[in-house]
Amino acid sequence: MGKSDPPATVTRRSFLTRAVVAFSTLTATPSVAAEQPQALGIPAWMKSPGVGVSEYGHPSTFEQKVTRTLLRTQPGTTGSGASRTPLESLEGIITPSGLHFERHHSGVPEIDPTQHRLLIHGMVKRPLIFTVEALLRYPMVSRIHFLECAGNSQLMYGASPPNLTVGQAHGLVSCSEWTGVPLRYLLGEAGADPSAPWILAEGADAAAMSRSVPMAKAMDDGILALFQNGERLRPENGYPVRLLLPGYEGNMNVKWLRRIKVTPTATMTKDETSRYTDLQADGKALMFTYPMEVKSLITRPSPGAPISGAGLSQISGIAWSGRGTIRKVEVSTDGGQTWTDAELVAPVFSRALTRFRHAWRWNGQPAILKSRATDDTGAVQPTRDKILADHGSNVIFHYNGIVAWSVAANGEVKHVFA
Amino acid sequence: MSSPKALAVVSMVLLAGCAPAAHRETPDLGRIVTPADIAGWDISIPPDGTGLPPGSGTAVAGIAVYEQKCQACHGAKGSGQPNDRLVGGGGTLASKTPVRTIGSYWPYATTVFDYVRRAMPYTQPHSLTNDEVYAVTAYLLHQNGIIGERDELNAQTLPRVKMPNRDGFISVYPEPK
Repeated sequence: MGKSDPPATVTRRSFLTRAVVAFSTLTATPSVAAEQPQALGIPAWMKSPGVGVSEYGHPSTFEQKVTRTLLRTQPGTTGSGASRTPLESLEGIITPSGLHFERHHSGVPEIDPTQHRLLIHGMVKRPLIFTVEALLRYPMVSRIHFLECAGNSQLMYGASPPNLTVGQAHGLVSCSEWTGVPLRYLLGEAGADPSAPWILAEGADAAAMSRSVPMAKAMDDGILALFQNGERLRPENGYPVRLLLPGYEGNMNVKWLRRIKVTPTATMTKDETSRYTDLQADGKALMFTYPMEVKSLITRPSPGAPISGAGLSQISGIAWSGRGTIRKVEVSTDGGQTWTDAELVAPVFSRALTRFRHAWRWNGQPAILKSRATDDTGAVQPTRDKILADHGSNVIFHYNGIVAWSVAANGEVKHVFA
Repeated sequence: MSSPKALAVVSMVLLAGCAPAAHRETPDLGRIVTPADIAGWDISIPPDGTGLPPGSGTAVAGIAVYEQKCQACHGAKGSGQPNDRLVGGGGTLASKTPVRTIGSYWPYATTVFDYVRRAMPYTQPHSLTNDEVYAVTAYLLHQNGIIGERDELNAQTLPRVKMPNRDGFISVYPEPK
Protein backbone atom coordinates (compact mmCIF):
# COMPACT_ATOMS: atom_id res chain seq x y z
CA MET A 1 0.00 0.00 0.00
CA GLY A 2 1.33 3.45 -0.89
CA LYS A 3 0.20 6.89 0.11
CA SER A 4 -3.20 6.56 -1.51
CA ASP A 5 -6.25 6.57 0.67
CA PRO A 6 -7.33 3.16 1.87
CA PRO A 7 -10.59 2.07 0.31
CA ALA A 8 -12.72 2.63 3.36
CA THR A 9 -11.52 6.19 3.92
CA VAL A 10 -13.04 9.27 2.30
CA THR A 11 -11.53 12.71 2.00
CA ARG A 12 -13.14 15.69 3.65
CA ARG A 13 -14.20 17.15 0.33
CA SER A 14 -15.88 13.98 -0.83
CA PHE A 15 -17.49 13.73 2.59
CA LEU A 16 -19.04 17.17 2.13
CA THR A 17 -20.19 16.64 -1.44
CA ARG A 18 -21.73 13.31 -0.57
CA ALA A 19 -23.22 14.44 2.69
CA VAL A 20 -26.78 14.71 1.51
CA VAL A 21 -26.74 11.32 -0.14
CA ALA A 22 -24.92 9.85 2.83
CA PHE A 23 -27.50 11.13 5.29
CA SER A 24 -30.28 9.26 3.53
CA THR A 25 -28.05 6.17 3.44
CA LEU A 26 -27.34 6.48 7.16
CA THR A 27 -30.99 6.82 8.08
CA ALA A 28 -31.66 3.66 6.13
CA THR A 29 -29.33 1.57 8.31
CA PRO A 30 -31.35 -0.39 10.86
CA SER A 31 -29.55 0.53 14.08
CA VAL A 32 -29.60 4.27 13.38
CA ALA A 33 -33.18 4.51 12.13
CA ALA A 34 -35.21 1.83 13.89
CA GLU A 35 -38.25 4.12 14.03
CA GLN A 36 -41.28 3.17 11.95
CA PRO A 37 -42.86 5.95 9.86
CA GLN A 38 -45.76 7.54 11.69
CA ALA A 39 -47.65 10.79 11.82
CA LEU A 40 -45.74 13.38 13.83
CA GLY A 41 -47.48 14.42 17.05
CA ILE A 42 -46.96 17.15 19.64
CA PRO A 43 -44.64 15.95 22.45
CA ALA A 44 -45.71 16.26 26.09
CA TRP A 45 -43.12 18.96 26.85
CA MET A 46 -44.80 21.29 24.38
CA LYS A 47 -48.18 21.01 26.04
CA SER A 48 -47.40 22.78 29.31
CA PRO A 49 -44.86 25.40 30.41
CA GLY A 50 -41.46 24.17 31.47
CA VAL A 51 -39.72 24.67 34.79
CA GLY A 52 -38.49 28.09 35.83
CA VAL A 53 -35.11 29.72 36.07
CA SER A 54 -32.51 28.32 38.46
CA GLU A 55 -29.53 29.62 40.39
CA TYR A 56 -27.01 27.16 39.03
CA GLY A 57 -27.60 24.98 35.99
CA HIS A 58 -27.02 21.26 35.67
CA PRO A 59 -26.82 18.87 32.74
CA SER A 60 -30.05 17.33 31.48
CA THR A 61 -31.37 14.52 33.65
CA PHE A 62 -31.02 12.38 30.52
CA GLU A 63 -27.25 12.90 30.69
CA GLN A 64 -26.81 11.80 34.29
CA LYS A 65 -24.77 8.81 33.23
CA VAL A 66 -22.05 11.15 31.97
CA THR A 67 -19.90 11.28 35.08
CA ARG A 68 -16.30 11.07 36.08
CA THR A 69 -15.37 7.43 35.85
CA LEU A 70 -13.26 4.73 37.47
CA LEU A 71 -13.10 6.41 40.84
CA ARG A 72 -10.34 4.72 42.81
CA THR A 73 -8.88 5.50 46.22
CA GLN A 74 -6.05 4.06 48.26
CA PRO A 75 -7.22 1.42 50.74
CA GLY A 76 -8.27 2.92 54.03
CA THR A 77 -8.54 6.44 52.63
CA THR A 78 -11.35 8.45 51.14
CA GLY A 79 -9.33 11.13 49.43
CA SER A 80 -6.10 9.70 48.11
CA GLY A 81 -6.88 8.59 44.60
CA ALA A 82 -8.17 9.56 41.19
CA SER A 83 -11.24 9.94 38.99
CA ARG A 84 -11.22 10.20 35.22
CA THR A 85 -12.81 12.32 32.50
CA PRO A 86 -15.38 10.38 30.37
CA LEU A 87 -13.66 11.24 27.09
CA GLU A 88 -16.05 9.07 25.06
CA SER A 89 -18.97 11.34 26.00
CA LEU A 90 -17.40 14.74 25.31
CA GLU A 91 -16.75 16.86 22.23
CA GLY A 92 -14.76 19.99 21.46
CA ILE A 93 -11.70 20.84 23.51
CA ILE A 94 -13.01 22.19 26.83
CA THR A 95 -13.68 19.76 29.66
CA PRO A 96 -16.63 20.78 31.82
CA SER A 97 -15.19 21.72 35.23
CA GLY A 98 -17.28 19.10 36.99
CA LEU A 99 -15.84 16.38 34.75
CA HIS A 100 -12.18 17.44 35.00
CA PHE A 101 -10.11 14.49 36.17
CA GLU A 102 -9.01 14.39 39.80
CA ARG A 103 -5.85 13.15 41.42
CA HIS A 104 -5.53 13.93 45.10
CA HIS A 105 -2.77 12.91 47.48
CA SER A 106 -4.78 13.41 50.66
CA GLY A 107 -8.26 14.49 49.71
CA VAL A 108 -9.82 17.83 48.82
CA PRO A 109 -9.40 20.45 51.56
CA GLU A 110 -12.30 22.77 52.28
CA ILE A 111 -10.47 26.08 52.26
CA ASP A 112 -11.95 29.35 53.51
CA PRO A 113 -10.56 31.86 51.00
CA THR A 114 -10.57 34.65 53.59
CA GLN A 115 -8.12 32.65 55.69
CA HIS A 116 -5.98 31.23 52.90
CA ARG A 117 -2.57 32.86 52.37
CA LEU A 118 0.15 32.53 49.73
CA LEU A 119 3.70 32.96 51.01
CA ILE A 120 6.68 33.73 48.77
CA HIS A 121 10.02 33.43 50.53
CA GLY A 122 13.46 31.84 50.42
CA MET A 123 16.03 33.50 48.15
CA VAL A 124 14.08 36.75 47.83
CA LYS A 125 14.76 40.33 48.92
CA ARG A 126 11.30 40.82 50.42
CA PRO A 127 9.41 37.76 51.70
CA LEU A 128 5.75 38.48 50.97
CA ILE A 129 2.43 37.02 52.01
CA PHE A 130 -0.71 37.55 49.95
CA THR A 131 -4.40 37.24 50.66
CA VAL A 132 -6.63 35.79 47.95
CA GLU A 133 -8.43 39.12 47.81
CA ALA A 134 -5.11 40.76 46.96
CA LEU A 135 -4.35 38.21 44.23
CA LEU A 136 -7.70 38.94 42.61
CA ARG A 137 -6.60 42.57 42.09
CA TYR A 138 -3.58 41.64 39.95
CA PRO A 139 -3.44 41.80 36.16
CA MET A 140 -4.48 38.41 34.82
CA VAL A 141 -4.08 36.31 31.71
CA SER A 142 -6.41 33.63 30.30
CA ARG A 143 -5.00 30.53 28.65
CA ILE A 144 -6.52 27.30 27.38
CA HIS A 145 -4.31 24.40 28.47
CA PHE A 146 -4.62 20.68 29.06
CA LEU A 147 -3.63 19.00 32.28
CA GLU A 148 -2.57 15.37 32.14
CA CYS A 149 -1.62 13.18 35.07
CA ALA A 150 1.81 11.63 34.59
CA GLY A 151 0.20 8.24 35.25
CA ASN A 152 -2.42 8.54 32.51
CA SER A 153 -2.70 5.46 30.25
CA GLN A 154 -0.40 3.49 32.55
CA LEU A 155 -2.21 0.23 31.77
CA MET A 156 -0.64 0.45 28.31
CA TYR A 157 2.58 -0.74 29.97
CA GLY A 158 0.74 -3.94 30.97
CA ALA A 159 0.80 -7.32 29.27
CA SER A 160 -2.74 -7.25 27.95
CA PRO A 161 -5.03 -4.47 26.68
CA PRO A 162 -7.29 -2.90 29.30
CA ASN A 163 -10.92 -3.93 29.11
CA LEU A 164 -12.05 -0.38 29.89
CA THR A 165 -13.60 2.63 28.16
CA VAL A 166 -11.34 5.27 26.65
CA GLY A 167 -12.12 7.53 29.61
CA GLN A 168 -11.41 4.86 32.20
CA ALA A 169 -8.05 3.97 30.66
CA HIS A 170 -6.93 7.36 29.33
CA GLY A 171 -9.14 9.95 31.05
CA LEU A 172 -6.51 11.47 33.34
CA VAL A 173 -6.39 14.31 30.83
CA SER A 174 -8.68 17.34 30.69
CA CYS A 175 -8.55 20.84 29.24
CA SER A 176 -9.78 24.15 30.64
CA GLU A 177 -9.50 27.86 30.22
CA TRP A 178 -7.41 29.00 33.16
CA THR A 179 -7.33 32.62 34.30
CA GLY A 180 -4.91 33.99 36.82
CA VAL A 181 -1.83 36.01 37.67
CA PRO A 182 1.50 35.38 35.93
CA LEU A 183 3.77 34.02 38.63
CA ARG A 184 6.64 36.25 37.49
CA TYR A 185 4.74 39.32 38.70
CA LEU A 186 4.82 38.10 42.30
CA LEU A 187 8.34 36.70 42.08
CA GLY A 188 9.35 40.13 40.77
CA GLU A 189 7.67 41.96 43.62
CA ALA A 190 9.37 39.69 46.13
CA GLY A 191 12.73 40.37 44.51
CA ALA A 192 13.47 36.72 43.74
CA ASP A 193 17.20 36.10 43.20
CA PRO A 194 17.50 35.82 39.41
CA SER A 195 20.30 33.28 39.82
CA ALA A 196 18.17 30.90 41.94
CA PRO A 197 17.44 27.86 39.79
CA TRP A 198 14.44 26.41 41.61
CA ILE A 199 11.26 27.15 43.47
CA LEU A 200 9.35 24.81 45.75
CA ALA A 201 5.56 24.88 45.38
CA GLU A 202 3.49 23.55 48.29
CA GLY A 203 -0.24 22.94 48.64
CA ALA A 204 -2.54 23.46 51.62
CA ASP A 205 -3.98 19.93 51.52
CA ALA A 206 -3.41 17.37 54.26
CA ALA A 207 -0.43 15.99 52.31
CA ALA A 208 1.06 19.49 51.94
CA MET A 209 1.78 18.16 48.46
CA SER A 210 4.97 19.72 47.17
CA ARG A 211 7.11 19.81 44.05
CA SER A 212 10.25 21.61 42.94
CA VAL A 213 9.79 23.65 39.79
CA PRO A 214 12.52 25.15 37.60
CA MET A 215 12.67 28.92 38.09
CA ALA A 216 12.93 29.29 34.31
CA LYS A 217 9.51 27.64 33.89
CA ALA A 218 7.96 29.66 36.71
CA MET A 219 9.18 32.92 35.15
CA ASP A 220 8.33 31.91 31.59
CA ASP A 221 4.67 30.94 31.75
CA GLY A 222 3.75 29.86 35.29
CA ILE A 223 0.30 31.12 36.32
CA LEU A 224 -1.38 31.39 39.70
CA ALA A 225 -4.76 30.23 38.44
CA LEU A 226 -7.85 31.58 40.22
CA PHE A 227 -10.52 30.83 37.60
CA GLN A 228 -11.36 27.74 35.57
CA ASN A 229 -13.71 28.00 32.60
CA GLY A 230 -14.85 31.42 33.75
CA GLU A 231 -15.74 30.61 37.34
CA ARG A 232 -13.57 30.34 40.41
CA LEU A 233 -11.62 27.10 40.64
CA ARG A 234 -13.54 24.05 41.79
CA PRO A 235 -12.35 22.74 45.18
CA GLU A 236 -11.05 19.58 43.53
CA ASN A 237 -9.00 21.72 41.16
CA GLY A 238 -7.28 23.76 43.81
CA TYR A 239 -9.68 26.41 45.12
CA PRO A 240 -8.84 29.17 45.84
CA VAL A 241 -5.55 29.20 43.92
CA ARG A 242 -3.41 26.64 42.09
CA LEU A 243 -0.19 26.66 40.18
CA LEU A 244 -0.48 26.14 36.45
CA LEU A 245 2.62 25.11 34.49
CA PRO A 246 1.49 24.69 30.88
CA GLY A 247 2.48 21.32 29.41
CA TYR A 248 4.06 19.92 32.58
CA GLU A 249 2.89 16.70 34.24
CA GLY A 250 -0.27 17.19 36.27
CA ASN A 251 0.99 16.89 39.83
CA MET A 252 3.44 19.79 39.39
CA ASN A 253 0.47 22.10 38.94
CA VAL A 254 0.17 22.23 42.72
CA LYS A 255 -3.39 22.75 43.94
CA TRP A 256 -4.44 24.82 46.95
CA LEU A 257 -1.12 26.64 46.60
CA ARG A 258 0.02 28.16 49.88
CA ARG A 259 3.78 28.54 49.62
CA ILE A 260 6.51 29.23 47.10
CA LYS A 261 10.07 29.03 48.32
CA VAL A 262 12.91 30.17 46.08
CA THR A 263 15.69 27.63 46.56
CA PRO A 264 19.26 26.89 45.45
CA THR A 265 18.54 23.20 44.76
CA ALA A 266 15.60 20.94 44.08
CA THR A 267 14.08 19.96 47.42
CA MET A 268 13.74 16.28 46.42
CA THR A 269 10.25 15.90 47.81
CA LYS A 270 8.48 12.55 48.02
CA ASP A 271 6.57 13.27 44.81
CA GLU A 272 9.70 13.94 42.76
CA THR A 273 11.73 10.98 44.06
CA SER A 274 9.65 8.02 45.24
CA ARG A 275 6.77 8.97 42.91
CA TYR A 276 6.70 10.54 39.46
CA THR A 277 10.11 9.19 38.54
CA ASP A 278 10.24 6.80 35.62
CA LEU A 279 11.86 3.43 36.34
CA GLN A 280 13.61 2.09 33.25
CA ALA A 281 14.24 -1.53 32.33
CA ASP A 282 17.84 -1.35 33.60
CA GLY A 283 16.72 -0.34 37.10
CA LYS A 284 17.72 3.32 36.76
CA ALA A 285 14.97 5.91 36.99
CA LEU A 286 14.51 9.11 35.01
CA MET A 287 13.88 12.11 37.24
CA PHE A 288 12.38 15.54 36.40
CA THR A 289 10.55 14.30 33.29
CA TYR A 290 8.33 17.36 33.06
CA PRO A 291 6.60 17.88 29.69
CA MET A 292 3.81 15.52 28.71
CA GLU A 293 4.83 14.31 25.27
CA VAL A 294 2.83 14.42 22.04
CA LYS A 295 -0.20 12.11 22.16
CA SER A 296 -3.62 11.46 20.64
CA LEU A 297 -6.70 9.32 21.17
CA ILE A 298 -9.73 8.53 19.05
CA THR A 299 -12.62 9.23 21.40
CA ARG A 300 -15.45 8.28 19.00
CA PRO A 301 -15.76 5.52 18.08
CA SER A 302 -13.97 4.09 21.08
CA PRO A 303 -14.39 1.58 23.88
CA GLY A 304 -17.50 3.07 25.48
CA ALA A 305 -18.70 4.69 22.25
CA PRO A 306 -19.56 1.90 19.76
CA ILE A 307 -20.50 2.56 16.13
CA SER A 308 -24.21 2.42 15.55
CA GLY A 309 -24.09 1.09 12.01
CA ALA A 310 -22.18 0.77 8.76
CA GLY A 311 -21.92 3.68 6.35
CA LEU A 312 -20.50 7.12 6.61
CA SER A 313 -19.51 8.21 10.09
CA GLN A 314 -17.06 10.52 11.70
CA ILE A 315 -13.97 9.62 13.63
CA SER A 316 -13.42 12.23 16.36
CA GLY A 317 -10.50 12.52 18.74
CA ILE A 318 -8.15 14.66 20.77
CA ALA A 319 -4.46 15.38 20.42
CA TRP A 320 -2.09 17.36 22.61
CA SER A 321 1.57 18.01 23.35
CA GLY A 322 3.23 19.51 26.40
CA ARG A 323 5.93 20.90 24.12
CA GLY A 324 3.80 22.99 21.82
CA THR A 325 1.10 23.01 19.17
CA ILE A 326 -0.36 20.04 17.34
CA ARG A 327 0.60 20.27 13.68
CA LYS A 328 -0.83 17.04 12.31
CA VAL A 329 -2.93 14.07 13.30
CA GLU A 330 -3.03 11.04 11.04
CA VAL A 331 -5.71 8.39 11.24
CA SER A 332 -5.46 4.79 10.13
CA THR A 333 -8.48 2.53 9.69
CA ASP A 334 -6.47 -0.50 8.61
CA GLY A 335 -4.29 -1.12 11.65
CA GLY A 336 -1.54 1.28 10.62
CA GLN A 337 -0.85 0.10 7.07
CA THR A 338 -2.01 3.40 5.62
CA TRP A 339 -2.52 6.80 7.21
CA THR A 340 -4.56 9.83 6.21
CA ASP A 341 -4.36 13.35 7.63
CA ALA A 342 -7.33 14.20 9.80
CA GLU A 343 -8.86 17.67 9.93
CA LEU A 344 -7.63 19.77 12.85
CA VAL A 345 -10.57 21.72 14.23
CA ALA A 346 -9.95 25.37 15.13
CA PRO A 347 -9.05 26.73 17.59
CA VAL A 348 -5.68 25.00 17.84
CA PHE A 349 -3.67 26.27 20.83
CA SER A 350 -0.26 25.41 22.18
CA ARG A 351 -0.39 22.86 24.99
CA ALA A 352 -4.17 22.53 24.71
CA LEU A 353 -6.35 19.67 23.60
CA THR A 354 -6.84 19.86 19.84
CA ARG A 355 -9.92 18.24 18.32
CA PHE A 356 -9.47 16.27 15.12
CA ARG A 357 -12.09 14.76 12.87
CA HIS A 358 -11.98 12.34 10.00
CA ALA A 359 -14.75 11.08 7.76
CA TRP A 360 -14.86 7.31 7.52
CA ARG A 361 -17.08 5.09 5.46
CA TRP A 362 -17.24 1.89 7.46
CA ASN A 363 -18.06 -1.19 5.43
CA GLY A 364 -19.28 -3.12 8.45
CA GLN A 365 -16.24 -5.40 8.53
CA PRO A 366 -13.84 -5.70 11.48
CA ALA A 367 -11.29 -2.87 11.45
CA ILE A 368 -8.40 -1.50 13.53
CA LEU A 369 -8.38 2.27 14.19
CA LYS A 370 -5.34 4.27 15.22
CA SER A 371 -4.34 7.92 15.46
CA ARG A 372 -0.85 9.42 15.42
CA ALA A 373 -0.09 13.03 16.37
CA THR A 374 2.83 15.29 15.42
CA ASP A 375 3.64 18.56 17.22
CA ASP A 376 5.39 21.69 16.01
CA THR A 377 8.74 20.54 17.41
CA GLY A 378 8.51 17.68 14.90
CA ALA A 379 7.93 15.08 17.62
CA VAL A 380 5.77 12.19 16.41
CA GLN A 381 3.70 10.01 18.73
CA PRO A 382 5.60 6.72 19.00
CA THR A 383 4.29 3.18 18.85
CA ARG A 384 3.74 1.18 22.03
CA ASP A 385 6.41 -1.27 20.86
CA LYS A 386 8.94 1.54 20.64
CA ILE A 387 8.12 2.84 24.12
CA LEU A 388 8.48 -0.64 25.60
CA ALA A 389 11.75 -1.20 23.71
CA ASP A 390 13.18 2.16 24.80
CA HIS A 391 11.96 2.25 28.39
CA GLY A 392 10.68 -1.16 29.46
CA SER A 393 7.37 -1.90 31.14
CA ASN A 394 8.06 -0.76 34.73
CA VAL A 395 7.77 2.95 33.99
CA ILE A 396 4.13 3.57 35.10
CA PHE A 397 4.32 7.22 33.95
CA HIS A 398 4.41 9.25 30.70
CA TYR A 399 2.84 6.73 28.32
CA ASN A 400 2.21 8.63 25.08
CA GLY A 401 2.22 5.79 22.57
CA ILE A 402 -0.26 5.08 19.83
CA VAL A 403 -3.48 3.44 21.03
CA ALA A 404 -5.43 1.02 18.84
CA TRP A 405 -9.14 0.20 18.77
CA SER A 406 -10.60 -2.91 17.18
CA VAL A 407 -14.05 -2.42 15.67
CA ALA A 408 -16.10 -5.62 15.53
CA ALA A 409 -18.76 -6.32 12.90
CA ASN A 410 -21.45 -5.45 15.45
CA GLY A 411 -19.90 -2.02 16.00
CA GLU A 412 -18.40 -2.81 19.39
CA VAL A 413 -14.99 -1.23 20.03
CA LYS A 414 -12.21 -2.61 22.21
CA HIS A 415 -8.63 -1.83 23.17
CA VAL A 416 -6.11 -3.94 21.31
CA PHE A 417 -2.35 -4.00 21.19
CA ALA A 418 -1.76 -3.80 17.45
CA MET B 1 4.28 66.89 18.03
CA SER B 2 5.35 63.60 16.62
CA SER B 3 8.87 64.78 15.87
CA PRO B 4 11.64 62.24 16.42
CA LYS B 5 12.79 64.28 19.42
CA ALA B 6 9.38 64.20 21.09
CA LEU B 7 9.11 60.46 20.52
CA ALA B 8 12.51 59.94 22.03
CA VAL B 9 11.49 61.85 25.17
CA VAL B 10 8.30 59.82 25.49
CA SER B 11 10.27 56.60 25.05
CA MET B 12 12.74 57.58 27.74
CA VAL B 13 9.95 58.34 30.19
CA LEU B 14 8.30 55.01 29.48
CA LEU B 15 11.55 53.14 29.86
CA ALA B 16 12.37 54.91 33.10
CA GLY B 17 8.96 53.97 34.40
CA CYS B 18 9.18 50.24 33.81
CA ALA B 19 12.65 49.04 32.98
CA PRO B 20 14.56 49.09 36.28
CA ALA B 21 12.12 47.00 38.31
CA ALA B 22 9.31 45.11 36.64
CA HIS B 23 7.42 44.78 39.92
CA ARG B 24 6.65 48.49 39.97
CA GLU B 25 4.03 47.85 37.32
CA THR B 26 2.09 45.43 39.48
CA PRO B 27 -0.04 46.29 42.50
CA ASP B 28 2.48 45.18 45.16
CA LEU B 29 -0.20 44.03 47.59
CA GLY B 30 1.89 41.52 49.52
CA ARG B 31 2.67 42.08 53.18
CA ILE B 32 6.32 41.79 54.14
CA VAL B 33 6.86 38.96 56.62
CA THR B 34 9.73 38.19 58.99
CA PRO B 35 11.64 34.92 59.38
CA ALA B 36 9.83 34.41 62.68
CA ASP B 37 6.47 34.67 60.92
CA ILE B 38 7.54 32.12 58.33
CA ALA B 39 9.10 29.50 60.62
CA GLY B 40 5.92 27.50 61.19
CA TRP B 41 5.31 27.11 57.47
CA ASP B 42 8.86 26.51 56.30
CA ILE B 43 8.75 22.72 56.62
CA SER B 44 10.51 21.55 53.46
CA ILE B 45 13.85 19.78 53.92
CA PRO B 46 16.28 19.50 51.00
CA PRO B 47 19.02 16.83 50.82
CA ASP B 48 21.59 19.03 52.60
CA GLY B 49 19.33 19.13 55.65
CA THR B 50 18.80 22.91 55.70
CA GLY B 51 15.89 23.62 58.00
CA LEU B 52 15.93 20.40 59.96
CA PRO B 53 14.57 21.17 63.44
CA PRO B 54 16.16 20.44 66.81
CA GLY B 55 15.41 17.03 68.26
CA SER B 56 16.57 13.47 67.72
CA GLY B 57 15.49 9.86 67.65
CA THR B 58 16.66 6.28 67.26
CA ALA B 59 15.13 3.17 65.72
CA VAL B 60 14.57 1.75 69.19
CA ALA B 61 12.56 4.82 70.14
CA GLY B 62 10.73 4.61 66.82
CA ILE B 63 9.26 1.14 67.41
CA ALA B 64 6.44 2.46 69.55
CA VAL B 65 5.72 5.34 67.17
CA TYR B 66 5.59 2.99 64.19
CA GLU B 67 3.40 0.40 65.86
CA GLN B 68 0.93 2.97 67.14
CA LYS B 69 0.78 5.38 64.22
CA CYS B 70 1.94 3.64 61.05
CA GLN B 71 1.52 -0.13 61.23
CA ALA B 72 -2.24 -0.22 60.57
CA CYS B 73 -1.64 1.07 57.03
CA HIS B 74 1.90 -0.07 56.29
CA GLY B 75 2.00 -3.51 57.92
CA ALA B 76 4.27 -5.02 60.54
CA LYS B 77 7.81 -3.68 60.24
CA GLY B 78 6.97 -1.81 57.04
CA SER B 79 6.00 -4.95 55.14
CA GLY B 80 3.06 -3.19 53.46
CA GLN B 81 -0.69 -3.71 53.17
CA PRO B 82 -3.13 -2.28 53.00
CA ASN B 83 -0.91 0.59 51.81
CA ASP B 84 2.62 1.09 50.57
CA ARG B 85 5.36 -1.30 51.52
CA LEU B 86 8.22 0.66 53.11
CA VAL B 87 10.91 -1.98 53.67
CA GLY B 88 12.88 -4.37 51.48
CA GLY B 89 12.86 -4.77 47.71
CA GLY B 90 16.61 -4.36 47.32
CA GLY B 91 17.91 -5.70 44.01
CA THR B 92 14.48 -5.82 42.37
CA LEU B 93 14.45 -2.56 40.39
CA ALA B 94 15.67 -4.11 37.14
CA SER B 95 13.40 -7.15 37.46
CA LYS B 96 9.95 -7.71 35.98
CA THR B 97 8.41 -7.01 39.37
CA PRO B 98 10.27 -4.09 40.93
CA VAL B 99 9.49 -3.34 44.57
CA ARG B 100 9.90 0.37 45.26
CA THR B 101 10.40 1.06 48.96
CA ILE B 102 12.27 3.59 51.08
CA GLY B 103 15.16 1.15 51.21
CA SER B 104 15.20 0.06 47.58
CA TYR B 105 14.20 3.26 45.80
CA TRP B 106 14.22 6.53 47.77
CA PRO B 107 17.43 8.49 47.05
CA TYR B 108 17.51 10.77 50.12
CA ALA B 109 16.86 10.14 53.81
CA THR B 110 15.82 13.78 54.26
CA THR B 111 12.77 13.04 52.10
CA VAL B 112 11.55 10.48 54.65
CA PHE B 113 11.69 13.06 57.44
CA ASP B 114 10.12 15.77 55.27
CA TYR B 115 7.26 13.57 54.07
CA VAL B 116 6.42 11.96 57.40
CA ARG B 117 6.37 15.36 59.08
CA ARG B 118 4.16 17.02 56.46
CA ALA B 119 1.77 14.21 55.59
CA MET B 120 1.81 11.32 58.07
CA PRO B 121 0.03 9.68 59.81
CA TYR B 122 -2.48 9.93 56.97
CA THR B 123 -5.41 10.76 59.22
CA GLN B 124 -3.45 13.06 61.55
CA PRO B 125 -0.73 14.95 59.69
CA HIS B 126 1.23 17.52 61.71
CA SER B 127 0.51 15.58 64.91
CA LEU B 128 3.94 14.03 65.54
CA THR B 129 6.64 15.79 67.56
CA ASN B 130 9.99 16.37 65.88
CA ASP B 131 11.51 13.69 68.13
CA GLU B 132 8.84 11.25 66.97
CA VAL B 133 9.54 12.07 63.31
CA TYR B 134 13.27 11.55 63.83
CA ALA B 135 12.56 8.29 65.65
CA VAL B 136 10.21 6.79 63.10
CA THR B 137 12.56 7.87 60.31
CA ALA B 138 15.35 6.04 62.14
CA TYR B 139 13.10 3.00 62.55
CA LEU B 140 12.35 2.83 58.82
CA LEU B 141 16.00 3.29 57.88
CA HIS B 142 17.01 0.60 60.37
CA GLN B 143 14.38 -1.85 59.10
CA ASN B 144 15.91 -1.33 55.65
CA GLY B 145 19.36 -2.14 57.01
CA ILE B 146 20.70 1.38 56.41
CA ILE B 147 21.49 2.45 60.02
CA GLY B 148 21.93 0.70 63.33
CA GLU B 149 19.12 0.43 65.84
CA ARG B 150 20.83 2.80 68.26
CA ASP B 151 22.17 5.29 65.70
CA GLU B 152 20.84 8.72 66.57
CA LEU B 153 19.24 10.80 63.83
CA ASN B 154 19.28 14.55 64.28
CA ALA B 155 19.78 17.65 62.14
CA GLN B 156 23.47 16.82 61.70
CA THR B 157 23.36 13.05 61.15
CA LEU B 158 20.26 12.68 58.96
CA PRO B 159 21.65 14.45 55.85
CA ARG B 160 24.78 12.26 56.06
CA VAL B 161 22.85 9.01 55.65
CA LYS B 162 23.59 7.58 52.20
CA MET B 163 20.63 5.75 50.75
CA PRO B 164 21.24 2.53 48.77
CA ASN B 165 19.60 3.90 45.59
CA ARG B 166 21.19 7.36 45.84
CA ASP B 167 22.84 6.95 42.44
CA GLY B 168 19.86 5.27 40.81
CA PHE B 169 18.39 8.38 39.21
CA ILE B 170 19.16 10.21 35.98
CA SER B 171 18.03 13.83 35.91
CA VAL B 172 16.65 14.85 32.54
CA TYR B 173 16.27 18.52 33.48
CA PRO B 174 17.66 20.71 32.12
CA GLU B 175 17.42 18.94 28.79
CA PRO B 176 20.43 19.05 26.46
CA LYS B 177 20.08 21.69 23.74
